[in-house]
Amino acid sequence: MNTFKNGCIMGIIKTSRLLYNYIKRDEEDNIEEVKRAVDYVDIDIKEGEFVAILGHNGSGKSTLAKHMNALLLPTEGTIWIDGRDSSVSENLLEIRKCAGMVFQNPDNQIIGTVVEEDVGFGLENIGVPTEQIWKNVNESLDMVGMNEYRKKSPNKLSGGQKQRVAIAGVVAMRPKCIVLDEPTAMLDPSGRKEVISTIKKLNREDNITIILITHYMEEVIEADRIIVMDEGNVVMEGVPSEIFSKVEKLKSLRLDVPQVTELAYELRKRGLPVKAGVLTIDELTDELKKIKAAGEHK
Amino acid sequence: MIREITFGQYYAADSPIHRLDPRIKLFGTLIYIISLFVANNIVSYAVAALFLGIIIIISTVPVKFILKGLKPILFILLFSVAFNAVLTNGEHVLAKWGVFVISTEGLIRAAYMGARLIMLIMGSSLMTYTTTPNELTDGLEKSLGFLRKINIPVHEMAMMMSIALRFIPILIEETDKIMKAQMARGADFENGNIIHRVKSMVPLLIPLFVSAFRRASDLAMAMEARCYHGGEGRTKMKPLQYKRADYTGYIIVLVYFAVIIATRILFKNVLHF
Repeated sequence: MNTFKNGCIMGIIKTSRLLYNYIKRDEEDNIEEVKRAVDYVDIDIKEGEFVAILGHNGSGKSTLAKHMNALLLPTEGTIWIDGRDSSVSENLLEIRKCAGMVFQNPDNQIIGTVVEEDVGFGLENIGVPTEQIWKNVNESLDMVGMNEYRKKSPNKLSGGQKQRVAIAGVVAMRPKCIVLDEPTAMLDPSGRKEVISTIKKLNREDNITIILITHYMEEVIEADRIIVMDEGNVVMEGVPSEIFSKVEKLKSLRLDVPQVTELAYELRKRGLPVKAGVLTIDELTDELKKIKAAGEHK
Repeated sequence: MIREITFGQYYAADSPIHRLDPRIKLFGTLIYIISLFVANNIVSYAVAALFLGIIIIISTVPVKFILKGLKPILFILLFSVAFNAVLTNGEHVLAKWGVFVISTEGLIRAAYMGARLIMLIMGSSLMTYTTTPNELTDGLEKSLGFLRKINIPVHEMAMMMSIALRFIPILIEETDKIMKAQMARGADFENGNIIHRVKSMVPLLIPLFVSAFRRASDLAMAMEARCYHGGEGRTKMKPLQYKRADYTGYIIVLVYFAVIIATRILFKNVLHF
């Protein structure tokens, strides 16, 4: 549902000149140091989109993400989540219901001692009746494929499974949008795959808006849009093939490109006419086949 | 070492006692503890022991498991029994040496004291063996709910307790990890005198505390992100509801308590103290 504001249609998450300062105070409460984490950012995310936010450590991407759940409030500027201004305290619960958040460390965000109880935690908080809680918990456990583990203790699960439980806990609240703050940073490759395919499924099948913050390039090639941040600013924005065609620029921002893109880039540097912005192995093999055929034709 | 203590653990089984509402188990345990202090003669103690025995049998928790729970308090137990035995003055003195007196009354008193302590620990540990930590905190929250009226944050305390329980295994794992990391760098936790060993715990405890605080702050943020805002307006996924067995439980506990009081009055001269 797009909300009408200032005469224009707004996306599910929109920021306007968003600025956030971390303020460090000494013991006497005097301001010792001000660090600008987000520096006048304007973004607009449409409902149903899969947006990836990239950036190296300290680029302000996590700070921005925390604004989307009203965990942090802007120092200056405004952020609207589903049309609700986060600086209005009455909107707080509605915003958190609408935009769920998944964090990096799977252990530190699971509250329940049994999987199903953890998934129900958010629903208990917003006062959903018992029967409805069970219904939502069942559905969301099915959606992330964790139903067979529902009676288990979270401590007995693998990292990827724990993250899926955390996602189920968010999904159970029927959010329109899920913000994932480096959900795979502490996982092994198979756990990472589990989590990413769950996220993609939620985006495609249930039309949930996904905002994925990561620094694994392989995870973002299927995103609808990529936002690259550096020093609190949005420095690049566009579809994956567009972003990854600018390999030098990404490198100057201390970001990697997917391995295949890197290979294509190196080949092009050596004089092979491979197109820029190759993202998958299939694409590259097609490109190389074309070049080979063209070579034989000569 | 931490893993050896059975007192306060849960023993998974499906017995009528396990299925009881945690509130009746809490109430029953409280009454049982009071009854042990009401009892003052051999008959009341026999009734209390019999009652505990029957409950243990119904609960299907192995007696061996329950007796293991007594281990950590063995020292306190022997200590109080011995002191009662040698320091009680009585009419029938059997032996005397300096301040130490062994009298018939002292021996009876020591025996009762020992029996009381043993039954106290067995009774209360039986409750934790048959109740999951979650049920226990839920039960506490609900039965102490009336305290909220005098501004005691019952819900918050119960929440803290259940979170603490969830993080115990995680912190134990972490301790293990830090210990190994420090040992790999040459730390020695096992040798040396006690002062040396306590000192060697410092490089273990500091990182553990730091990480515990970091976890706490992460968890607080995750809870807030999931709309946690205290106990107000909160519903329950697994609400506590009394069933018929629970009412029977209450009746049995009350009858038991009445019997103890009756035996105290009726048999007050039989081997009393």
